[in-house]
Amino acid sequence: MSKMNMLQAVNSALITSMDENEKVMVFGEDVGHFGGVFRATSNLQQKFGKGRCFNTPLTEQGIIGFANGLASQGSVPVAEIQFGDYIFPAFDQILNETAKFRYRSGGQFTCGTLTIRTPYGGGIAGGLYHSQSPEAFFAHIPGMKIVIPRNPYQAKGLLLASIRDDNPVLFMEPKRLYRASVGEVPDEDYELPLGKAEVVKEGTDITLLAWGAQMEILEKAAEMAQNDGISCEIVDLRSILPWDAQTVSESVMKTGRLLINHEAPLTGGFASEIAATVQERCFLHLESPIQRVCGLDTPYPLAHEKEYMPDHLKTYEAIKRCVNF
Amino acid sequence: MKDRNHLSNIGLCHEVNIIDNGLADIPMLQMLQADGTVHKSAKLPDMDKVTAHKIYQTMQYVRVLDERMVGAQRQGRISFYLACTGEEASTVASAAALSPQDMIMSQYREQGTLAYRGYTTAQFMNQMFSNKLDPNKGRQMPIHYGDKALNFMTISSPLGTQIPQASGYAYGQKMAGNEALTICYFGEGAASEGDFHAGLNMAAVLNCPVIFFCRNNGYAISTPSDEQFAGDGIASRGIGYGIKTIRVDGNDVLAVYAATQQARKIALAENCPVLIEAMTYRLAAHSTSDDPTGYRSKEEEQKWRDKDPVLRMANWMKNQDWLDEDEDQKFVERTRQEVLAEMKLAEKVEICNIDEIVNDVYDTPPWHLRQQLKDLKSHISKYPDAYPKTSGRLDNE
Repeated sequence: MSKMNMLQAVNSALITSMDENEKVMVFGEDVGHFGGVFRATSNLQQKFGKGRCFNTPLTEQGIIGFANGLASQGSVPVAEIQFGDYIFPAFDQILNETAKFRYRSGGQFTCGTLTIRTPYGGGIAGGLYHSQSPEAFFAHIPGMKIVIPRNPYQAKGLLLASIRDDNPVLFMEPKRLYRASVGEVPDEDYELPLGKAEVVKEGTDITLLAWGAQMEILEKAAEMAQNDGISCEIVDLRSILPWDAQTVSESVMKTGRLLINHEAPLTGGFASEIAATVQERCFLHLESPIQRVCGLDTPYPLAHEKEYMPDHLKTYEAIKRCVNF
Repeated sequence: MKDRNHLSNIGLCHEVNIIDNGLADIPMLQMLQADGTVHKSAKLPDMDKVTAHKIYQTMQYVRVLDERMVGAQRQGRISFYLACTGEEASTVASAAALSPQDMIMSQYREQGTLAYRGYTTAQFMNQMFSNKLDPNKGRQMPIHYGDKALNFMTISSPLGTQIPQASGYAYGQKMAGNEALTICYFGEGAASEGDFHAGLNMAAVLNCPVIFFCRNNGYAISTPSDEQFAGDGIASRGIGYGIKTIRVDGNDVLAVYAATQQARKIALAENCPVLIEAMTYRLAAHSTSDDPTGYRSKEEEQKWRDKDPVLRMANWMKNQDWLDEDEDQKFVERTRQEVLAEMKLAEKVEICNIDEIVNDVYDTPPWHLRQQLKDLKSHISKYPDAYPKTSGRLDNE
């Protein structure tokens, strides 16, 4: 065990997988000698050589196109998109290529070995283009897996599982936790399951569901509610696609209430999908309408970042509304 | 930082000197004249009679296939087809200069390369009739072939996406130490896509052994090349990216073969990309959904019919007594019969079982796909007449 922040945990997972499998290659903008703008790929080029860890030209569609070819050839690419906000030039390569390779070729060719890492989310004074949470766009793509860790321990275990999984994975790293979140992380190899939510704290009155950096917000709000005598069950979804409807539904059937929190805008956000499925599965168990505490339907603002964010106070108010319905 | 990429080797000037004629003077390699005679100074590639025969027969084969399949589409037997008439030399002769281990990433008009590799008529038909014998499981429109055994990557409709993929595939081949490269075909229209620029730049910077083969056939559906770009074709872009580049007469089998052979040698020996721009003409319509009479003249087409690559090769073969015209005629007739016979067989083969609708989305279908399949099957069994192709085979639930 070592004390690590999330960047160190990501770095540790990359070293573990590059050590284990020489087909693993890490690349993207500035990831080479410099080690990435956040330093997640520090020392990889020094340790594994320029052939396996390298800078690419500044072209997101090129990075993912290249990664798709490399994956279909049998290598194990871990491609970095420097910010989730800049992934969209690669959207066609992800939507029409990465995710459809296996299906369109009847399983003859696949991009299953590909992992795309990208930092996402706000809270770092990043304004419109260094703050977005684009997971819902990708959740609409059959063939993709989407994974988001909430702390360093989760980051290492989930990233190792993502790299080894035989399906393309979009691994979204909550960048405001990169250095802020510190915890004990095993030095050895371990995996955490994809497609599995985790009940982080048991409770009886309401289920609070989120992922990534918003888990901290839920915990804060739950503490406030606890003082009012409300017992919150906290669930980390961890995988956005495929998502663990079973664990979420079981929790809701127990508590009778559900609140979903995400940073991305409300309309068309992934909370909508969860709410639709849960009302279908848990209709007769629900005591009140499902609450969504999300970002506003605006671009991500800079000066009004605090006001935009679905913070613990907004969450706390929604908990009370839900319980006192 | 390597100086060559920044400031060294740059000369100075002391007057405003805006380059107004930046067109590189890139000539076109030509060995055969339209009548099949060889240019006197041409350094011919080493092409033996067996290879020449295989190239010629493959071109004839594809021409027959195209003619029959356009007909089949007109009769309503298949939904779509896309002929390569006029471009047979570009595709077939380039494929002939490769090793079978080389990966082919094509756009969609390269059936000649696939035929050269040995894709059978039955395989063509099974794909086009989307039946259960198609290894791609009938999931894509006709002509989206793919065959792992022949190192032919499954075709995808979006234009140019295969270009950066080819760079990545080639990089993987290099890292694995394979004595093989990737060839990537695309048209001059697709070269306007962002993926073209991304893919060429990455291949050059990351030293990928890939041949970029541009079929400059004059048209992107109805848009002529002078409305597609203003510079000197596609070849000049290769030079801009620091890529070794050659322009060839795409209707000249010997020029295409020689250029591709040389490109392959260089790409493997030096671990670098090479760009080939083949100047040709799409005598065919873009696809069976297109009608070229709306955008080009009969006279223009005739000019290019006079440069027909198949005829040109036939003339060259005749000149050196390599072509038995009787046998040639018989081959064409045999191919016609074979295409018709295989078509009849393929159109009777059923489509895949309904379970295949959720397979291959992931390595194994996750819970939500299993649930959706179960719901779908129970719906089909309620209305079997509405879904006749699958309703009789729902047994293995």
